[in-house]
Amino acid sequence: MSGELLEVDHVTKSFAIGGLFARGHFKAVDDVSFALQAERPEILAIIGESGSGKTTLARMILNTLAPTSGAIRFRGAELHKARGRRQRLDFIRQIQPILQNPYEAFNPLKRVDRYLYASAVRLAGARSQKARDAAVDAALQKVGLSLAEVKGRFPHELSGGQLQRTAIARALISSPALIVADEPVSMVDASLRMSIVNLFKRLHDELQVSILYITHDLATAYYISDRVIIMQKGKVVETGPAREVLMHPQHPYSILLKESVLSPDDVGRGRLTVEPGEAAGRGAK
Amino acid sequence: MTAAPGPDIARAQGPRAASQAAAALTVDNLRAYYMTHYFGVEREVRAVDDISLVVRRNEIYGLAGESSSGKTTFLKTVAAAIRPPLTVMGGSVRYGFLDRDIYALGPAELSAIRWKHLSYITQGSMNVLNPVRRVRQSFIDFAFRHMQLSRRAFFAAVERHLQQLHLAANVLDAYPHELSGGMKQRVTIALATICRPEFIIADEPTTALDVIVQKDVLAMIRKAQQQIGSSMLFVTHDMTVHANISDRLGIMYAGRLVEEASTADIFTKPMHPYAAHLVASLPKIGEQARKGSLSGAPPNLAVPPTGCRFHPRCPLAMEVCREASPALTALASGHRVACYAASPLVQPGATAKGDAGAIARAEAARLVQ
Repeated sequence: MSGELLEVDHVTKSFAIGGLFARGHFKAVDDVSFALQAERPEILAIIGESGSGKTTLARMILNTLAPTSGAIRFRGAELHKARGRRQRLDFIRQIQPILQNPYEAFNPLKRVDRYLYASAVRLAGARSQKARDAAVDAALQKVGLSLAEVKGRFPHELSGGQLQRTAIARALISSPALIVADEPVSMVDASLRMSIVNLFKRLHDELQVSILYITHDLATAYYISDRVIIMQKGKVVETGPAREVLMHPQHPYSILLKESVLSPDDVGRGRLTVEPGEAAGRGAK
Repeated sequence: MTAAPGPDIARAQGPRAASQAAAALTVDNLRAYYMTHYFGVEREVRAVDDISLVVRRNEIYGLAGESSSGKTTFLKTVAAAIRPPLTVMGGSVRYGFLDRDIYALGPAELSAIRWKHLSYITQGSMNVLNPVRRVRQSFIDFAFRHMQLSRRAFFAAVERHLQQLHLAANVLDAYPHELSGGMKQRVTIALATICRPEFIIADEPTTALDVIVQKDVLAMIRKAQQQIGSSMLFVTHDMTVHANISDRLGIMYAGRLVEEASTADIFTKPMHPYAAHLVASLPKIGEQARKGSLSGAPPNLAVPPTGCRFHPRCPLAMEVCREASPALTALASGHRVACYAASPLVQPGATAKGDAGAIARAEAARLVQ
């Protein structure tokens, strides 16, 4: 048994674009490698702007997308070579997702607890009603909610923060070793955002879960993560300990990212130091 | 409600300064409720409850608050872009460029001032640009009739305007799907400023964008606003954006304005506990101290808490907070706060509710049983 929990080994994903004749390839993720150690759980932040391949990478780690080349190994076994329901369920139990928008993650016409119970039955193997209730309630307690608060509620009856915490509780039911959180706080309100971020920190400290925190927000990444990977156009441009990379970025793109972060310190009359010409140069495809 | 802004702010805006009033927008005791009547159950959701504010000429007035605090409803009401079940229950909305309340205008007059004098940058730029028409067509749809120019002169003006905003003229021939999100948002801003309106309303214009593009777009908004000398109501829940763009800032909570001051004052000496929390919880690079989070959830506006609407989540809640809602009181020059804990000067506001409270209580009783 190798000591690696997750090993992303020279992974590339390319998508074909264009028609049959003018076919081009677009590399969404280009030769990315990193590893998470099993004995030392950490919060790894993947930072990049939209279109940098963060979400494609997350989907490959969640095994919903197969890499074009390279391999993703989880505890030594290659993910997309999993065959059969049993083996796939095993991966699902170990690697759980948390999505960006909790309002989209839950079907608005179904009660929220339905997803919790389904996870308890299929992933945690709870047979009796009592065991299901216990599994669901235990997971909800970990995120600061209780079954009584959530049971029978529809998504619109919960606030964004509660719903996102419910989504995290659902992911915790199967006691995963790795949580892949794709921009988990970008849709959550300012007053509730820190409660979610603090929750991730607590889960990592108390439950020894490794967390892959995908974000474009450098400030929260600095706040919770141990290590960061900065991606640009599918490539990893900088990686290292979070504090070091974010305080003293080396790569020009990382420096640009850090400079673009709006700081609440220089309050006053719009000290936006981007040259307007720069604005026109970027963005046009 | 507030004192008239000083003469230094009311700088003349060249030929556009037709009206002599120093305020670009004056909102007085505005109340807008969603009135619904389904299955015999009457509900009123008080999304905008008694808001008064003044936006001065040539300033960016920021409005912050979480979702369901009534920010967007307020903007819709101010722009007179409402439809049932949203109903204006009282109050007035007066613009500097208009001699009357905006709700006194007929549909034809309203459509004549829209876009020419009052434009609106919406949250999702994708929703504004018609996906099956080129950007050029969108410019014709929105602005052509207001400019009163020949077709050729109109496009010359459009291209000049795009150039000023550092956009390439070839975006006019693109379809919206050919542009990136940031580019689309920039086109929307160009579209909203082409007629050089006196007043611009911006609803979360950068929320869907990522950090690098966000900064560019904000710089562009600021530049456009300064070039044409218009006033702006800028809404976002992101306090760091407010720190960088707003001149003055109003904090909304559950349909009410709870604090208003210059942006620097809100960030350095917030008086309302909610504003203080918003400022204190901002994560910064270089800071690792644990940030507190607010317990509880935003209130349901169909059954708002009695008294101060923030009291169930407030660390400083007192007995009086549960009973009567505090009035927005000027405690320092240009600094208004609605919190009893901030100063003993804050007194309960006038309660002009009557049967509205009874409906809310009946609804609460129904939910409990």
